[in-house]
Amino acid sequence: MRSDTTEPARLRGRRPIWTGITLGVVAVIIAPIVLVGLGAFSPSLDVWSQLWSGPLPEMLSTTGVLLVLVGVGTLILGTGLAWLTTANEFPGRRIFTWALMLPLAMPAYILGFVFLAVLDFAGPVQTALRSWFGPEVWFPDVSSTVGVAIVMSLSLYPYVYILARAALREQTPATYESARMLGDNRMAALRRVVLPMARPSLAAGMVLVMMETLTDFATVQYFNVQTVSVGIYQVWRGMFDRETAVELAALVLFIALFIIGLERLLRGPARFHQRGAPRDIERVPLRGWKAAVAVSICGSVLSAAIIVPLVQLLYWLWTSPAVVTDMTRAFEFLSNSLGMAVAAAFGCVFFAMLAAGGARFSGSPLVRRAAHLVTVGYAVPGPVVAIGVLVMIGWVSGVAGSNPAGIVLLSLTGLVYAYIVRFMALGYGSVDASMEKITPSTVDAAHTLGAGPPRVMKQIYFPMAGAGAAAGAVLVAIDVLKELPIVLLIRPFGFTTASVWVWELASESRWAAAAVPALLIVLTAMIPIAIYLGRERRKPGSAVALGARVVTRVEAGVE
Amino acid sequence: MGIVKTSSSRQLVVRGVTKDFEGERVLRGVDLTVERGSSVTLLGQSGCGKTTLLRAIAGLERPEAGTISLGGKILTNGETFVAPERRRIGMVFQDWALFPHLDVATNVAYGLPKGTENRGAIVEETLEMVGLSGFGRRMPSTLSGGEQQRVAIARAIAPRPDALLLDEPFSNLDAGLRAIVRSDTRALLRELEMTTLFVTHDQGEAFVLGDEVAVMRDGVIRQQAPPGVLYSSPIDPWVAAFVGEANLLLADADGQSAHTVLGSIPLADQAFGKHTVLLRPEQIYLAPGSEGRVKSVEFYGHDCSYRVDVDGTEIIVRSIAAPVFSPGDHVSLSYQGPEAVSYPTAEADSKAS
Repeated sequence: MRSDTTEPARLRGRRPIWTGITLGVVAVIIAPIVLVGLGAFSPSLDVWSQLWSGPLPEMLSTTGVLLVLVGVGTLILGTGLAWLTTANEFPGRRIFTWALMLPLAMPAYILGFVFLAVLDFAGPVQTALRSWFGPEVWFPDVSSTVGVAIVMSLSLYPYVYILARAALREQTPATYESARMLGDNRMAALRRVVLPMARPSLAAGMVLVMMETLTDFATVQYFNVQTVSVGIYQVWRGMFDRETAVELAALVLFIALFIIGLERLLRGPARFHQRGAPRDIERVPLRGWKAAVAVSICGSVLSAAIIVPLVQLLYWLWTSPAVVTDMTRAFEFLSNSLGMAVAAAFGCVFFAMLAAGGARFSGSPLVRRAAHLVTVGYAVPGPVVAIGVLVMIGWVSGVAGSNPAGIVLLSLTGLVYAYIVRFMALGYGSVDASMEKITPSTVDAAHTLGAGPPRVMKQIYFPMAGAGAAAGAVLVAIDVLKELPIVLLIRPFGFTTASVWVWELASESRWAAAAVPALLIVLTAMIPIAIYLGRERRKPGSAVALGARVVTRVEAGVE
Repeated sequence: MGIVKTSSSRQLVVRGVTKDFEGERVLRGVDLTVERGSSVTLLGQSGCGKTTLLRAIAGLERPEAGTISLGGKILTNGETFVAPERRRIGMVFQDWALFPHLDVATNVAYGLPKGTENRGAIVEETLEMVGLSGFGRRMPSTLSGGEQQRVAIARAIAPRPDALLLDEPFSNLDAGLRAIVRSDTRALLRELEMTTLFVTHDQGEAFVLGDEVAVMRDGVIRQQAPPGVLYSSPIDPWVAAFVGEANLLLADADGQSAHTVLGSIPLADQAFGKHTVLLRPEQIYLAPGSEGRVKSVEFYGHDCSYRVDVDGTEIIVRSIAAPVFSPGDHVSLSYQGPEAVSYPTAEADSKAS
C-alpha cells in the first residue's frame, strides 16, 4: 500500500499547482510547433500530388543546394578564420579576432540588397567594368542560388566562427601539446586532434546556420531563388491556402529535424569535456607573405560582410536627402518594431520566470526537464512557428467572429506570441542560469520563514535573477527587431515594422530609402555584441560562454 | 533585557518516515520524538540520511511514507502535505543561507507575519539576543562567519517558530569560535524553551547540544537517549563505538559475569555463552605488573591514552594523569567501572574505532 503512493508523489512533486503551471507554460509555448508537426501525420494527398507536379521538386532541390552551399561556406569561413586567429600571430590579429564577430549584426536581408545594389547589372561595379572593357564584359549572374549562398555565408559564418573559437580555446593546450610531443607537426595535430575534438561544436554551428537558412524567405526573394520557405509565404500570403501552407511548414519542420538528426549522427556520443582553464594554444608568428595573406583574408571577409555594406548604406544616407521625407512613417514603423520587441521581451521573461521558477517550486526532476522544452522554438525555422500560430489565430477568429478591429488585435497578439515561442530560449536561458546561481538553501530558508512561491518569486528570484532576466530581455528585443519572416507572415494588413519596411523598399529597389531603417537595425543589433566583446576584454573566455549559449539553442531543439 | 519566552513550542513526532532518491531508499522508517521545549541532536556519519530527515520535517522534501506531526497537527502523511511556509518550523542552514540582497534587519524580519506590530522592536530584541545589537543596517557580505551564523539564528527564531531545526550550523566556523557560539546558542534556545533538533556528525557536539541524542545509521534511528545513557548503555556495538572510544572484548558469559582477557567482568544484564562486552577506556586502570605490554602512549594535556597489548588483544586505556608508563613497560589492568553492557557475539561485527 505504501509503494503505490511513491510514483504519483514523484510526478506531482512537492507542489502540484506549480507542476501544473510549469507544464501549462510548456504546452502554450510548444503548441504551434506541435500543431504543424501533427499536420505531417495527416497529409492531404490532393495537396501533395498538386505540389509534387508543380513547383515543389524544384523548390526542394533549390533548398537542398542552398543548405549545402551555406553549410559548407560557413564551415570553411568560420573554422578557417577561427584557426587563423587562434593559432597564429599576425598584424591586427587582436582586432580581427573580435571584429570578425560583428557580421552577426548584419541580417542577410540587409546584406543581400546591398550586395545586389553594388554588384547588379546597374550597380557601380558592373558599370565601371563596362566603362573600362566595353559593354560585352562578362560578369557572373549575381541573382542566383550561388549569390544567395555567398550572402548568407557572409552573414551567418560568425555562428560557426564563435563556436569554433570556443571549441579551440576550451581544448586544453596540453592536448594539442601532447600531440606535438608525440611527433605530429602543426597540420597533423590540427587534423588528428584539434579538429576531431572541435567537431561537435562545428556540427552544432552548422545546424544553427542551416536553421537560419531554412528560416529565410526574404533574402532569397531578392535573388529570385525559390525555396520551400518562399513557397510557404507565397501560398499563405498570395493564395490564402492554409492547408498547403501547413503541409509545407510540416515539410520544413521535417527538414529541420532531419538536419538535427544528421548532426546527432555526425557527432555520435562524443562530448569532449576538458579540465583546466581555457587559454589559447601556442600561436605561431606569421611573417612576410604569409602574414600578408592572413591579413588580406581577414580583411576581405570583414569588408565584404560588414565594412562595404555599412559604407554603402551611409553613402546612400548622405547622398539621398529624399529619405528625410519618409521620417514620419519611419517613426511609426520604428515604434511598431519597438512595441513588438518590448512586448515579446516582457512575455519571454514572464513565461521564463514562470517555467524556471515553477519547475523549482514543483521539486520534481521530471518537471525540471520538461521545462527546458520551452526553448525548442529557437531551433525551429521561423515559418514553422508562424504557420502554427496562424492556424491558432484561424481557430480563434472562427470562434470569435471576424470584426476587422478584432482581427488586427488578434494578429498582433499572435505576432507577439510567435516571437515569444521563437525567442523564448534566450529569456529562459538567462533566467534559468541566474536562478541556478542562487543557492538552493536561500530559497529553502525563505520557505521555512513562511514565504510561499509568490513571495519567493517576488522577493528572492526576481531581485536576484533580475539582472540575468534583463540581459535575456535585451537579447530577445534585439532579435525581434531584426526578425523578418515571422512578421511578414503574421502581420495584419497595414502593419509595418522597421524590418518589413527595409524589405519592402529593397524589394522595390529603393535602396537609398532603405538605408535609414537598415542602419538603425544593424546598429541596434551591435549592442549585445559590443556588450559581449566588452566582457571578453575584462574576462577572457566569455566568448566561450556566448558560444555555449548558441549551442544550447541547438541542443534545446534536439531534446 | 526581557527575553520574551516562547509559549508556542510544540512536540515534534516522526513515525515510519521513508524517502527515496533516484530509486535508493535514504530513509527507511524513521521514528523520532522531540519533546516540547527540549532539544535533540541527530548524530550520524555523512550520508546516513540525517539532513534528508531534517528537510523532510521542514517540508523541503516530500517523504514517500510515514507521518510527521507537530503539536498533534499532522504535517505529512500519505495524503496531506503541508507546504514548508505553513509549518511554522524554523531552520538554520549549514551555509546559513542569508538573503545576500537584504540587510541584516530585513533578513531577520523576513519571517515575521504581515501586519506584525513593532517589527523594528522585535528585530532589535532578537539581534540583541544573539549579541548583534546595532548590526541591522549591515549587509550580510560585510559580516564575519560567526556574525552571519548568528544572524541566521536570529532570523530563524524571530517569528517564534513551533520548532527549530539546525543543520550542522557550526561546521563552517573554526574550532575556537565554534565552541563559544555553540554554548551561546544552546543557552539561548534553552532560555526560549525552543523545541530544537540539531543535526551533526560530531559526537562531542551532539552530547553538548542535546537533552537527548538520536543516533542514525543507514536511514534509521538506532537509538535515542540522553547522552549519559547513550554512552553507558549503547544499544549495539556500532553505536557503542560511534559515540565514544570503546573496548569491545570477546567474552564467555555465565549469568551475572563474563570472562575476558581482563578477567571476570560483572554484567548489567544476565547473559550466557559468547558475548561482546563494552568497557570504556577511562574505566580501566593500569598498575605495574605483567599482564600486558604498553604499545603506545598519547598525551593530550588534560589526560592521556595508552594502547596496551594483552595476549594479542589491544586495549585502550585512558588516564586522567600525565603518563607514568612508557612504550614497552609491563603493566597489569583492572576494570573499575559499573556492571558492564554486553551483546550477543553475532552482532559484534563492528570494530572499535
